[in-house]
This record gives sequence, C-alpha cells and structure tokens, in this order.
Amino acid sequence: MIDRITELRGEAEAAIAAGSSSDALEELRVRYLGRKAELPQMLRGLATLPPEQRGAVGKAANAARQALDAQIHARAAELAGSELDQRLQEDRVDVTLPGAPAQPLGRLHVLTATRRELEDIFLGLGFTVMEGPEVETVHYNFDALNHSSTHPARARTDTFYVSEESVLRTHTSPMQVRAMEAHPPPLYVVIPGRVYRPDSDATHTPQFHQIEGLAVDEDITLADLKGTLLEFARAVFGGERDVRLRPHFFPFTEPSVEVDVSCFHCAGKGFLADGARCYLCKGEGWLEVLGAGEVDPNVYSYVPTTEANAPGYDPEKVQGFAWGLGVERIAMLKHGIPDLRLYYENDLRFLEQFR
Amino acid sequence: MRVPLPWLREYCDPPLDVRAIEERLTMTGTKVEAIHHHGVASTDGFVVGRVLTAEQHPDADRLKVCAVDLGEAEPAQIVCGAPNVAAGQTVAVARPGAVMPDGTKLKQAKLRGVASEGMILSESELEIGSGGEGIMILDAELAPGTPLGDVLPIAMDVIELEITPNRPDCLGVYGVARELHAATGAPLAPAPWADDPGSAGPLAGAEVVVECPELCPRFTARVLEDVTIAPSPPWLKARLTAAGQRPINNVVDITNYAMLLSGQPLHAFDLDRVAGARLTVRRAGEGEQVQTLDGQTRTLDSEMVVIEDSEGPTSIAGVMGGARSEVQPDTKRVLLEVASWKGPNIHRTSWALGLRSEASGRFEKGLQPEQCLHAQAIATRLMEELCGASVAAGTIDIGPEPPAPAVIGLREARVRAILGVDVSAERQTEILAALDFSSIRTPEGLEVSVPPLRREDVTREVDLIEEVARIDGLERLPATLPARRGAAGKLTHAQRLRRAAEDALVGRGLHEIVGWSFTEPALLDRLRLPSDHAMRQVVVVENPLSDGQSIMRPTLLGSLLDAARQNVTRNGPDVAIFESGTVYRRKDGPLADEHHALGALLTGALAPRSWRGEPVQADFFAAKALLGALLERFHLDWSVRPGSWPFLHPGRSAEVLVNSRGADAVRVGFLGELHPLVADSWGLERTAAFAVDLGKLAAAAEPVVSFAPFGSFPALRQDLAVTLPVSVPAAEVIDRVRAKAGKSLERVEIFDVYSGAQVGEGRRSLALALSFRTLERTLTDEDIAPVREKIVAALAEIGGELRG
Ligand SMILES: [Zn+2]
Repeated sequence: MIDRITELRGEAEAAIAAGSSSDALEELRVRYLGRKAELPQMLRGLATLPPEQRGAVGKAANAARQALDAQIHARAAELAGSELDQRLQEDRVDVTLPGAPAQPLGRLHVLTATRRELEDIFLGLGFTVMEGPEVETVHYNFDALNHSSTHPARARTDTFYVSEESVLRTHTSPMQVRAMEAHPPPLYVVIPGRVYRPDSDATHTPQFHQIEGLAVDEDITLADLKGTLLEFARAVFGGERDVRLRPHFFPFTEPSVEVDVSCFHCAGKGFLADGARCYLCKGEGWLEVLGAGEVDPNVYSYVPTTEANAPGYDPEKVQGFAWGLGVERIAMLKHGIPDLRLYYENDLRFLEQFR
Repeated sequence: MRVPLPWLREYCDPPLDVRAIEERLTMTGTKVEAIHHHGVASTDGFVVGRVLTAEQHPDADRLKVCAVDLGEAEPAQIVCGAPNVAAGQTVAVARPGAVMPDGTKLKQAKLRGVASEGMILSESELEIGSGGEGIMILDAELAPGTPLGDVLPIAMDVIELEITPNRPDCLGVYGVARELHAATGAPLAPAPWADDPGSAGPLAGAEVVVECPELCPRFTARVLEDVTIAPSPPWLKARLTAAGQRPINNVVDITNYAMLLSGQPLHAFDLDRVAGARLTVRRAGEGEQVQTLDGQTRTLDSEMVVIEDSEGPTSIAGVMGGARSEVQPDTKRVLLEVASWKGPNIHRTSWALGLRSEASGRFEKGLQPEQCLHAQAIATRLMEELCGASVAAGTIDIGPEPPAPAVIGLREARVRAILGVDVSAERQTEILAALDFSSIRTPEGLEVSVPPLRREDVTREVDLIEEVARIDGLERLPATLPARRGAAGKLTHAQRLRRAAEDALVGRGLHEIVGWSFTEPALLDRLRLPSDHAMRQVVVVENPLSDGQSIMRPTLLGSLLDAARQNVTRNGPDVAIFESGTVYRRKDGPLADEHHALGALLTGALAPRSWRGEPVQADFFAAKALLGALLERFHLDWSVRPGSWPFLHPGRSAEVLVNSRGADAVRVGFLGELHPLVADSWGLERTAAFAVDLGKLAAAAEPVVSFAPFGSFPALRQDLAVTLPVSVPAAEVIDRVRAKAGKSLERVEIFDVYSGAQVGEGRRSLALALSFRTLERTLTDEDIAPVREKIVAALAEIGGELRG
C-alpha cells in the first residue's frame, strides 16, 4: 500500500507540474483527489486494513493528499496569473489616439489676463483695486486734474463728448479725485478700466485700457514711485530689469516723468548677440511703459473734505504719486503683438494663442 | 521740432557727439524723438570747381560739355544739363565716387557719347534748398579744389525734439541751447537778440491801432527801408531746409529764421502795399469773410481777430496772412510785425476754421510779450546784413509793461521730501541759474525769481523742485518703497466673483472676447427692439469717429454677435465665446447707468468633434447648463422663468432670477436662443446666448459661505418616474417634490424626459432621481415610504401619474 501511495503521488505530482491550464488542473484534481479517485478511496478503506497497517498507510495517504491539494492550488494560482497577463496583453489600446470625448479649451482674452497679472502685482504691493464710471464728468476728467480751461486735450478732436458736461473718460485718472473723495489718507489704489480717445490707426484704437495707480500718504516721494515701478517692471518683464525716470509734463503731476524699463529683448544693450539693432527698443535699450509723477498739489485742492475722507487731503500734509499705464502696450511688449487692432478683432486664431 | 545740430552748437557746444547730446536732452526733459542726417552722408568727392568753358554738346540740344577746373593739373570734362551753366562760374561739383543724399553713388558716365567725370550740382541735389532748376553759383572768391564741406553746409545732423506743452520757450533753437547748457554745463553764448540794431521810440511812416488789447497783449512793428529781395545765402537756406522750412526769398526766410531761433512768429508786410500805411487790430464781425493766403475764403466770428489796412482785412491774426500785402520781388520797404496773441483764443480760432499754421501752433502754446522784441532784434540785424536794408528809427510797441518776475520760496527740506534724494542748496542755485532763474539764499532755502519766458509754467515751489529734479536728481534717485501704512491689497467680493465667473466659463471651453464699447444705432434695429424699448435709452456720442461708433452699447450681444460672425466666416461654424464688460444706458444727470455684464454666446458644436460620440450642439439647454454652472458656483439661489425679449426666440427665452424663492427676487439677465431673424442678420445658424448683470449677482451672493454639516450616514437613493401634462413646467414638479419631501431630501434631479405614444397625447414622462439623507441615522425604504406617498399625491394634484 505504501508503495502504491508513493507511486500515485509521484505520478500525480508530475502530471500537475505539467498541467498547462485551469481546465487541465481541474481534470487532474478529479483524477487524483476526486470522490472516485484511488487515494481518497484508500483513505475511506482504512478501516478494512489490519490495525497495525492503518497508522502508516493513513499518514502516508493524508500527506499525499494534502501535498497534491497544495500543489494544485499553487499551480492554479500560477496559471491564473499568466492567463491574466495574457488577457491584458491582448487588451491593448492605441495610446496615441486623441483623448475622448474632446474637451473644449477656453481662454481669457490676453488683455484680461494681462490686467489680472498687473492687478495681482499691485495687490501684492498693498494696493487695492477700484473701478469707476466710463461716462465721466468734465469736472473729474479735466477740471479736477488741473487741466486749464483751454487745454488741448479738451478739444472735440481729442475727447469724445456725450454732453456739454460729460465725456467718455480719456484716462483712468479721474478716479484719483473720486478715490480721494471716498477714502481718507493713506490711500493705495490701482484703477483698471477702459478709456477712450478719438484716434484710430495701427498704434491707436479709440478705446483702450489703462491701470491708474495712486498712493497718497504723509511722505511718499518720487523715489518711492521709482521703487514701486521697479517692482512692477521686474514682476512683469523679469528680475533683471531696471527702470529710469525721464522728466515729462502732465497737468496733474509735478514733477512729472515718463518711465522706461530696460529692454528685455536685448537686456538693455540696444543690440542683439549677432550685432543687429534690437527691433523691440529700436536700439535704445529702453522701452517707454508709462507716465507718472508726484500728484500735483492743485489736484488735492479739488478734493473736498467730508465725513467720508476726513481729515481730507491738505497738500501741506499729504503727498503721493500717481501713474497711468496702458494694458495694451504692456501686453504688446510682452507677447510681441504687432498691431493694436488685433485685440479687438477677436479672431479665435488670436485668442487661442495665449494662456 | 527739428533743430539742425550745427545751429544748436552755435549757442551751446558741449564736447559731446550727437548721441551723447541726445541722451542729455532726453534725460532732462527735452525728448529726442529721432536724429536725422540731412544732406550728404560723407563730404568725400564734393569739391569747388570753376567752369572754364561750356560748349554745346554735339548730339544734344540741352546738354553742355564743360571743362571744369577742380584744382588739379588738368581740368575735368563734365556734361551738364542745367540751362544756366556758363564759363566763369564757380560751382559745386560731385566727382565719381561721391555719394548723393539719396544714396546713389556717382560713376564715370557717358552722356550721348561724351564722357563726363562728375556732376555740377544744384541746391536741391545737395538738399540745401529747393531753388529752381539751375546749378548753384558759388562765391567767385573760392579756390577750385576746395572741399565743398568746408564752405557749404552740405551735411548736418538734425535732432527732432518733442517739446512738451508747458515749454513754449523751447520752441526756439536758443531755448533748446539753454536746456543743453543746463544739462551739460557747457557755456551758453549770449542771446542772439542781445545786440539789437533797432531802436525804441516813435516810428514815422506807419501806424498801428489795437482795438482789442484783451486778445493782443503786445504788438510791435519796425520799418526796414532799401530792401533788396533776393535769394538767401546757402547757409541760411541750408538751415531752413534742414529745419523743415522751404526757402522763399531773403525777407521771408529771415522771418522764418528768426522764428526758429527765438520761437516767436513774425510777419513781413510790403509797407507800400499796406493801404494807408496803417494797420488796425480788431475783432472780426460775425460772419465777416476774409480771403487767406491759401486762396480760400474764411467766415469769421467776433471771437476772432483780424488785422486790416484801409482797404479791409489783410490777415487773420496769429493764424494766417493775406495775399494783398505780401512781400513781392519788387518790395522796397518792409513793415516787420511781431505780436503776441492770447494762446487759447488762437487755439479756438484755428480749430474753428480748421486752419493750422506754424504760427498758430506756436501762439496757441502761449508765447510771452517779451519775445516780440527778441524776434525783432534778430530779424532787424539779418535784414541789414542780407537784404541791404536799413532800419528806420523807432519801434511801434503797443501793450502794457509785462508783469514783473514772480518770486517763489524754495525750501531746501522740501526738495528732499518730494524727491527722496538730496540736492544741495548750492547745486539748486547753480541749476536754476543755468535755466535763467536768479536766486537769493534764505535761512530756509532760496528765494527764486522766475524768468519771463517761464512765467506760465513755473508758479509754485513744486514747479521749482521739478526744475531742479530734471537737471540733477532724477537720474540719482534711489528705488525705495512707500511706508505703506494701512495698505493691505485685496480684491473686493465683487471683483473676486467676476474673476471666478470668467474662470468658470473659460474652464468650460469658452473664449473671452473684448468688444467695442461703441456700436452703431442700427444695432438696435437689428436686435428688433421696438421704439419704446428700454434698451433704446442709449448714451449717444456727440462726436463719434463714425456713425458705426456713435452710441454706447446697451448690451454685450452686439459685440458677441459681431465676433461670432467674424469667426464663423473665418474659422468655421463652432463658436463659444463670452465677454465681461460694461454696458451703458442713458439716465438723468451727467453720468450714465453703467453696469458690468457677463454675456456668452454659443453656436455650432460646444466641443471639438471626437472619434467617440458627437459633441453637444448649442441650444437653449446648453446655454442654460453653462449659466447654471456659473451661478451654482456662487451658491446663488437662482431660477429661470419664461420671458420675452425681441431678439430671442419667443418659445426659447427666459429671464434669470436670483433669490427667486424670496420676496426679493431680482431679475439679473436673460437666457435663450436668438430669434432666427436676428441670428440670420449676422449669418448665424441656431445660436444661444445669455447675459447677466455681475453687479446684481455679486450683491445677491453671500460674501462668505458657511459650512453645512453632512453627517456620516449613507444617502438613500430612489428613482421616481411620473407622467404629467406637458403644460406643467419641470420647475413646478421639482418645487412640489421639495415642498413635500421635507428636510431629508438632499437632492432631486431630472435624469430623463420622454414623450411619445406610450405616455399619451399631451403628456410627458419625467424621471426623477431622489437622494435622501439625515444626520442622525441610515435611512431605509420604510422611512421614506410615507414621504414618497406624499410626493406622489402632490404630483397627482397637477395631473401626475406614477409610471410602472
Ligand atoms: Zn532692445
């Protein structure tokens, strides 16, 4: 009996090892361990054996059955793994097909993206964002900004009028006085918005966008303006940039300056690595970006002191700076946009190009 | 303004090249816009020659073959086509190899078979003047072979300056020279008017009456006799040409030269053509007509000033002269008029007449009365030198004594306080002196007296600070940051919400456009607005660039439609765009009713085509889903109800409400498919759109969203299919479900809509997905059964029947 068990075990072990599929294994299980198979029948027939043989035969038969059972499970797991591998191998897709369904991609207009970028820079510098009316009174657009009654900007060739006393604002600057009327000093605001002038060619559109800046406190100097705009220039055009202030004239700032940023295309050299003149700054090494200055003391005199802004704006006690920059110009420089009119054509081939 | 550099250097000549001069002027406030080179690029190959013989060309009537002495052993043979060439003339010659101002390089040439070794030059070929067709005849004293550049200004740099409106004193070369002097420290030559050959006192032989002194602060006149009208010498022509003025004759050229040098316009009358030898300055009559130098008849009003003689008006003061008393080739006696006019008045006159001249452009910037005699002095001296004239004794000079110089205190501490950098009182004095201000030291700083030419611009301490800063300070300015007391940068609720709204649409595939605020009145008709519609209360621009831009848009629809059409035409049928911008309505008072709107427009497919299924096409529900995504994001309680707009499909249009369940429901905008006639007017197929007032949305949205607990128990989900008459709006079904289900209903959604034979005529089936949840425990079907019964009963009241 023992010999027969050993023989069966050996035969079964060889067959299981050679089993090549789950079905074949199941067949082997039935053949060697099934109800009618020899080994289980031996175990069931133990009682018929002489008592002195029962222990040894039972032990051997049990061991053989357990061993074969374990071997079948192990082999089955092995086969299942490779069969899964096989199935997955067959379940391939062309990963280079486009994703589906296609997701539509939208984008902000580059003017909005630029305006937000600039707002965020000034928010980081402690400025709040204010907005104001586009149909504005002559008072806020000109008078309160120290424009003489005969200033040429008031002419109907330079300003859109909607009535004797109101205009489409020609700049965001009228909000300077409105902001001071509404809030006491210290005041740090930027005012983005749409402005209008009757010009139309490749470098002028009758509407465009500005961001006004205004900071008024006890002791804000022209050097503070330079520092603030240096931060701005570096944030927009890169950390290596420098700024310079050139004297200029605006009715509502004194001293007035135009502000240039060192050219980011040629690193301020005016020429490129191959010796060619830089097209962006036309060889100057500097790019004009905005007009600015210390708020003219006359402007404060147009700000009445009220409950809203007490103690008000006494030009002997407060001083500050203001600037007005063009959003189109900044975006144009930054992205190399050649013609202002592209902004307002809204061709998707333009809109899709920006982030 | 164009300033020839040699002219500028005559008065201030720093040891700097033109680039360095550009840099100094630009950095001190006189911006150099461009540097032009006038005349020849190189003087090489240009020499003085003497025509020895001039013979007829054998084969060409108009050509002469000349032997020209160029200072060498053998004369050169040059073929010349000028009618005036003749033996004995001293001429300007370009030799082979010379490069002409237009860039052409001269070569040995044969003209009609005769060799020519160069070219005899005219003034215009050298850009010295524009005079005539003939060659230029030079001073006979000049030796042949002399380099032409040594004796004629044939090459010069010209700097083009931007003069800011506060600096009319820099409209003359000498004013710019003073700036250069202050900017570089190089010495400044005495003023060109310092030496005046004329004299004050009464003038015989001419008379002037000023009837409107309020518009004419000063009127001066001199008489020059024995004038010989002739062309100006080359140096004068060259300077005028380089400065952009066309040479005419010596008298006119002198008036232009004196103007360019001093900034002050002058006018030369032929005194013998001034009827009655008497000029009257008076306001024009209403409707009075005057013929100006350009041959046109101008109609004037009483705010305009004319100068007339005894036969009537000869010129419009400060703007343009008349032909009748102009200087002619036979003029012998010149009346030189130099007057000061009120800038604003000249500005008004020239704009009203559409008549701009060099003189009006200068007067309107505001010249000072002192400048009259500056110009007289320069012109008088040149008329004596160049026209053989002699000045008659005396000067007519009408007008009050100009005001005394203003004296302004300049506190030393204030300079630092404004600029943020120190400029010592010594340096301040030095800068101000260079700019013609005189100063006295005081304990606090300086007492500064303002020169006449700066009296309009410099009236306060801060103006003096600017003068100091632009010469010394700006370039040394440190970059500091403000103290920023109480400055905490932050967007407002409404600003953050606007960004979020824009981002929500961008995230769903829409492109933002930026349209024009202007639109055409025809838009209102194209949108089918009836004549009494509120959207016709538009803001009208009084002076639009064109009729197409003559009103302010009352809606974003116009720009959205324009952009959609443009893109459909150029880029295909699928367009999904939005705009975030201001719209305008007229209201009482000077301002407009403005609000920030957000509008979207969809046409064609909402997504690109894909290999797996067709994309959704734009329609009412596609637009509503987008709007919903936007409004849900703000936690707004919103709904729509049928509404009608003339530009929308009457069956597919709705008004959008927020806080719709409260009594304070607010209409915030519209939603719908465009009326097919409107869509067609822009060449569009089915198009859906919405627009909402972002201000109203921001007001309705809670600034802070509070946390709502959601417990730890799972939700119980049940579906409910019900058939109803189609006349029952889905919203009413949802409202009833919510009302009956009570607090435990977490969500209810319609996930299927079906109509067809199975549900019967006039009915449709709605499939609802209900989700219940409580904070206390897990709900079972038994818990919900009574709720479900109540819902079914409530729906039965409006004709609902539970399906299978
Ligand atoms: Zn560059």
